[in-house]
Amino acid sequence: MAETGAVRRNWWTGLTIAATIIAMIVATLVATAFLLPLLRRPARAADPPGAECLACHGDKTMTTTRAGKTVSLYVDGKKFGTSVHGSLGCTGCHADLEGKDFPHEKPAPVKCGTCHTTEQEQHARSLHGKAIAHGDSLAPRCVNCHGNHDIVPVKDARSAVAPLKVPFVCGQCHREGTTVSRNRPIPQDNILENYSESIHGEALLKKGLSVAPNCATCHTAHLILPHTDPASSINRKNIAATCTKCHTQIETVHRKTIRGELWEKQANVLPACPDCHQPHKIRNVFYAQGMADADCMRCHANEKLRRARDGQSMYVNLAEVNHSRHSEEPGRLRNVACSQCHSEVNASRVRPCETITRGVDCTACHDEIGKMYATSIHGQLNGKNDPNAPTCKECHGTHGILGKQDPQSSTFAMNVPVLCARCHREGQKAAVRYTGLQHEILSNYTESIHGTLLKNGLTVTATCTSCHTAHQILPRTDPASSVNANNVPTTCGRCHHGIEEQFENSIHAKRVSGYSKPLPVCNDCHTAHAIHRTDEDKFRLNVMGTCGRCHEEIAKTYFDTYHGKVSKLGYTKAAKCYDCHGAHDVRAVTDPRSHLSRANVAATCGKCHAGATRRFAGYLTHATHHDPRKYPFLFYTFWGMTMLLVVTFVVGGVHTLLWLPRAFQMRQELRAAEEKFAAELDAPAGKDKEGTDAS
Amino acid sequence: MPHDRRQFVRFSRLQRILHICMIVSFITLALTGLTLKFSYTKWAAVLSHLLGGFENAGYIHRSAAVIMFGVFTTHLVDLYKLKKREHSSWLSLILGPGSMMPNRRDLTELVGTLKWFVGRGERPAYGRWTYWEKFDYFAVFWGIAVIGSTGLTLWFPVFFTRFIPGSFLNVATIIHSDEALLATGFIFTVHFFNTHLRPEKFPMDITVFTGRMPLEELERDKPKEYEELVASGKLEEKMEEPYQPIVIQTIRAFAWTALTVGFFIVLWIIYAMLFAYR
Repeated sequence: MAETGAVRRNWWTGLTIAATIIAMIVATLVATAFLLPLLRRPARAADPPGAECLACHGDKTMTTTRAGKTVSLYVDGKKFGTSVHGSLGCTGCHADLEGKDFPHEKPAPVKCGTCHTTEQEQHARSLHGKAIAHGDSLAPRCVNCHGNHDIVPVKDARSAVAPLKVPFVCGQCHREGTTVSRNRPIPQDNILENYSESIHGEALLKKGLSVAPNCATCHTAHLILPHTDPASSINRKNIAATCTKCHTQIETVHRKTIRGELWEKQANVLPACPDCHQPHKIRNVFYAQGMADADCMRCHANEKLRRARDGQSMYVNLAEVNHSRHSEEPGRLRNVACSQCHSEVNASRVRPCETITRGVDCTACHDEIGKMYATSIHGQLNGKNDPNAPTCKECHGTHGILGKQDPQSSTFAMNVPVLCARCHREGQKAAVRYTGLQHEILSNYTESIHGTLLKNGLTVTATCTSCHTAHQILPRTDPASSVNANNVPTTCGRCHHGIEEQFENSIHAKRVSGYSKPLPVCNDCHTAHAIHRTDEDKFRLNVMGTCGRCHEEIAKTYFDTYHGKVSKLGYTKAAKCYDCHGAHDVRAVTDPRSHLSRANVAATCGKCHAGATRRFAGYLTHATHHDPRKYPFLFYTFWGMTMLLVVTFVVGGVHTLLWLPRAFQMRQELRAAEEKFAAELDAPAGKDKEGTDAS
Repeated sequence: MPHDRRQFVRFSRLQRILHICMIVSFITLALTGLTLKFSYTKWAAVLSHLLGGFENAGYIHRSAAVIMFGVFTTHLVDLYKLKKREHSSWLSLILGPGSMMPNRRDLTELVGTLKWFVGRGERPAYGRWTYWEKFDYFAVFWGIAVIGSTGLTLWFPVFFTRFIPGSFLNVATIIHSDEALLATGFIFTVHFFNTHLRPEKFPMDITVFTGRMPLEELERDKPKEYEELVASGKLEEKMEEPYQPIVIQTIRAFAWTALTVGFFIVLWIIYAMLFAYR
């Protein structure tokens, strides 16, 4: 009555509308009264052919003999009349009997596909249809499941293929003891029985939950294919899609790393639904029990178990597994069953593991880490089947795997350097193939500030993985590497955040200087592995050489002035490069924020020279007396002093050299006089005076 | 007279003490200072380490400088006393007999000496102070003034830059270090030769330590002074008994040490200048 909503206050309008409505209702009633008999007429019109057939086939005693068997030819006319096909009459399906005289011959098999083309086509492709094509007499046709004259819509509870009945329809053949189960290769046993006890069967059969899956829900109604067929709904590739038709959010109850899409994209890697939830036996219990560890341990608890292929021990220490991160112990992850890692097991085999073709793939759960690993140098090498490439288990172990927070774990911070050093220590396989500049990595690290702190138990200090990452390890030369020059400040800044901030605003940051040549990053001054405290003598005395690698001239002239000279003599207190220029916040001296800007320089000098003034800061810390243009004062002072020296030494030297011959002469005369005098001492006293005069 | 055991006293006790203090402080200053000047040689690092590190060497250097200033001041006071005792005015002290001030006679003696060197004349009859002794005296006088003033500037840079620009510290550094190089170089070569190593005195003249010299030596080396003393009859006043042998031996040991250290410093300077200079 949409019109009522439109009723206006104006009563004239209201009256008109009411009249119209009444008129319409009356017209409808009259029309119905005339049309009803017309609608019934076609049904009545079909009656005669049906009635004609039922004249004979309505007799319950009507039989015939086929292959020596008495077969009833009775057709329940009432049921047929109410079936979906009732309106078609007998010849709608038995088209070959149209116009035949009675008694007619055995009719040709009914071709449902004439109308049900899609179903017919699917059935023909299905294993049932193919079996029929091969002439398998046991193969079911439409009639075997759907019945014949009493077919009602599937939604009708009376239908032979109503959800509640499907298990029994299929079970006609697929249950123990039938001809089919005995003579045809069907991999599953006790299908009907298992199903009826499963969570699905229980819901459907005992509780009458018609939406619970029956056989056709998984196997489809008509396109039933063996699970080995890629097109099959229960093929490994498709089973997830099949199950998730109902279990749409199932990934949420699984590990968060398993996303629904992975089941479809990486069906080869992941365990498929039935690996855990065995077909037909699906229980409403934790699925690991579907393929219980106990089943595996029946064999693998044996310490002497060896693999036939290569004699490798296949013993599994259950205690180790139970202590691992994958166990159910409090504080650890939820239980992870053997079959979750060792996928491809087939629970229906006596040795479920015999179907395994691949090793454990951790990325089934640890997908993101797997992707990282694949891009890392370790993963790249592994991709090339390099025997040296470490996989998950080389670092993390296998059954006894522990979390990195566990002090016992090989990946616990304090154990990481030793773990990596297994390959990266000098002489080991990774160090041997390494061609870079870093050597004695482990010992350098151990003696470094990071290594020292780690030894003292500070687990948050940097270990190998802090800088190189755990799973995305790449060589320094790779732009994506965490230790690539462009990424080093960020990497170090993860801990040294404040310093990174300073550095990113310093002249050494590319963003600030816009310099195209390589600029120094953390490790260029602090080294990569042998990082020492910067207040240690070694660092303070070497830093000029470090800065001087790039600032060659300025470092050289530094050594010409006081600070440099005393530093050369090992004096650590004298100002080093960064004492004046700043360490991480080094800026161009023209930058007002520089420690050496006009506004700041006196304070910078004042750090050591209390009371320093701007004029004091006029001391030239990088002066050289060899540059007449830049430092004319020093140049001419130096040369003036040098001239003074040269002149003085030349005059003094020449004077001395000229003196030498005379001095020798005097020495000889003196000696002669002394000898004479000594001789005269022995002689008579009267000669004394004469001797003296003679000299 | 040869038989008179007594010797002529050339230097007063104070002058001798000042000379010893001067030697100690000068060698110390030279050693500690040159480590800084030649900091780029391995020698310097070793020496600096032996002196207890650079910081320690710095303290030693400044302590020695204080001694040097003390010597300088004492000498000035001594001059003042001399003026009061023997002269009416400073001018009379400076121009009077026995003064260190070079005069016309020194020029004549210099020319005469050069002639004697080349065999064109007799050896001049030198007086109390020869011209080279006067040169040595003023070299030290000048040196102490120049090195001392620049040294003080570098010692108290914050104070001095209240009056002078900061870059004058660089200039002061060059003057201080090069003047010191001149002083050490000159003292340990020319002065050593002139007064100690001259062949006729070789190996050593210890007059400056004992203050005494044989009369015949005075007669030979300073004939004019000898004649003047004889003429004025004041010679007897200046004759004293020589020191005991043990004193002489001690003095010789000290003098030899100073001489050796000086000699090695010269070698070090030559090495640094020739092979490692920059």
